[in-house]
Amino acid sequence: MEHYIWPFVVGGLICVIGQVLLDVAKLTPAHVMSILVVSGAVLGGLGLYEPLIEFAGAGATVPITSFGNSLLHGAMTEAERTGLVGILTGIFELTSAGISSAIIFGFLASLFFKSKG
Amino acid sequence: MLRGHQTWIFQNRPVIVSTGTVVGPMEGEGPLALDFDLVHGDIWLGQDSLEKAERKMLEEACEQAFAKADLNKEAVQFFLCGDLINQITPSCFAARTLSVPFLGLYGACSTSMEALALGSLIIDSGGAQHLICAAVSHNSTVEKQFRYPTEYGGQKPPTAQWTVTGAGAALVGNQGTGPHITSATIGRVIDMGISDPFNMGSAMAPAAVDTITAHFRDLNIGADHYDLIVTGDLGHVGYEIARDLLIKHGLTISEERFTDCGILIYSREQPVFAGGSGCGCSAVVTYGHILKRMKAGELTRVLVVATGALLSPLSYQQKESIPCIAHAVALESGSEG
Repeated sequence: MEHYIWPFVVGGLICVIGQVLLDVAKLTPAHVMSILVVSGAVLGGLGLYEPLIEFAGAGATVPITSFGNSLLHGAMTEAERTGLVGILTGIFELTSAGISSAIIFGFLASLFFKSKG
Repeated sequence: MLRGHQTWIFQNRPVIVSTGTVVGPMEGEGPLALDFDLVHGDIWLGQDSLEKAERKMLEEACEQAFAKADLNKEAVQFFLCGDLINQITPSCFAARTLSVPFLGLYGACSTSMEALALGSLIIDSGGAQHLICAAVSHNSTVEKQFRYPTEYGGQKPPTAQWTVTGAGAALVGNQGTGPHITSATIGRVIDMGISDPFNMGSAMAPAAVDTITAHFRDLNIGADHYDLIVTGDLGHVGYEIARDLLIKHGLTISEERFTDCGILIYSREQPVFAGGSGCGCSAVVTYGHILKRMKAGELTRVLVVATGALLSPLSYQQKESIPCIAHAVALESGSEG
């Protein structure tokens, strides 16, 4: 049961932060997304995001903060392997599957469907 | 003829000979559906881009106005029109189809009355026998232009408004029995420092109030001169603010005699946040609903105050506040003339 509760609570809390930034701080959706990504990277850099993933599983990997964490880890791993240039070449290493599939599936969907709104 | 600081009186009383109104599905589900000439069930209008759909609505609105007046386009000297898209391309492209001498206008959502005021001045001064004044907006193209493409699905707060998919055209002439255009007040740009593009009603309300008070001051008339004062697209939020501000200016207008096109066009049950907006909003409500009520004898004198928020996507990204404007045009039933 705990496998369900903690992901729900942690994932939900990350979304609450996003909603508060939209409604109370009056930030634009683009600002909120950037802030969450950067926060994930900062938490990853401080070594706090991995423990959160271990604790909450999908509650921490599904929200966009996980994308920031993955950007950081890709850059760090590649930097350890190839030096400073690795920061540039590794930044999208872990996330390239997500980014590429968004582009490719977005393109495929646009071939077959028209927007409704 | 200039009266006061910023009001024109049209002594030759130009006439709205006929109108054309075309709307989309959301407006077709609203309470004014029967007042419009054409209701489209598909936002694409069978076109392959939404911008083409917007242009087609504008062309159809003009065709409706021509057909009802039993005139062809050769009888019309000028086409005054605007919309909300970059470089007002829907208007320019519709003008290409019409091939009538064209004046492109931009006053954001105030464009409908900007066109009608200027058109009336041209007719009044003998500059034309007939001309067409029009405005168009399309929900999906405007969202793309000013906010995010609708596919992105960005959240909106309750103060946001729903851009009307609609085109309204008025064929104005120097003679006829239709409602007369008696005066127009050109608004100043007012900026009270609001920078939230999801709260345009609040930003525009002071501009509407400034133009309404200027109109009454210039003509030296009271609020009871009009059976109805209707603002363009303040929505529920901006309407309340405008009413409060008018009372502070010593103009108490009862709720029955003061309303807003953005409130009229949709019902409270529709998912449109604080109400309608866009330059098609005041155009279709005025040329469809309000003129019908005037012709039915329910209203004799009406003041239409179209409100516009003069922001661009770049200006609000650079954290500029939203300057706003409102233009007022006074209409009077033919029977009075």
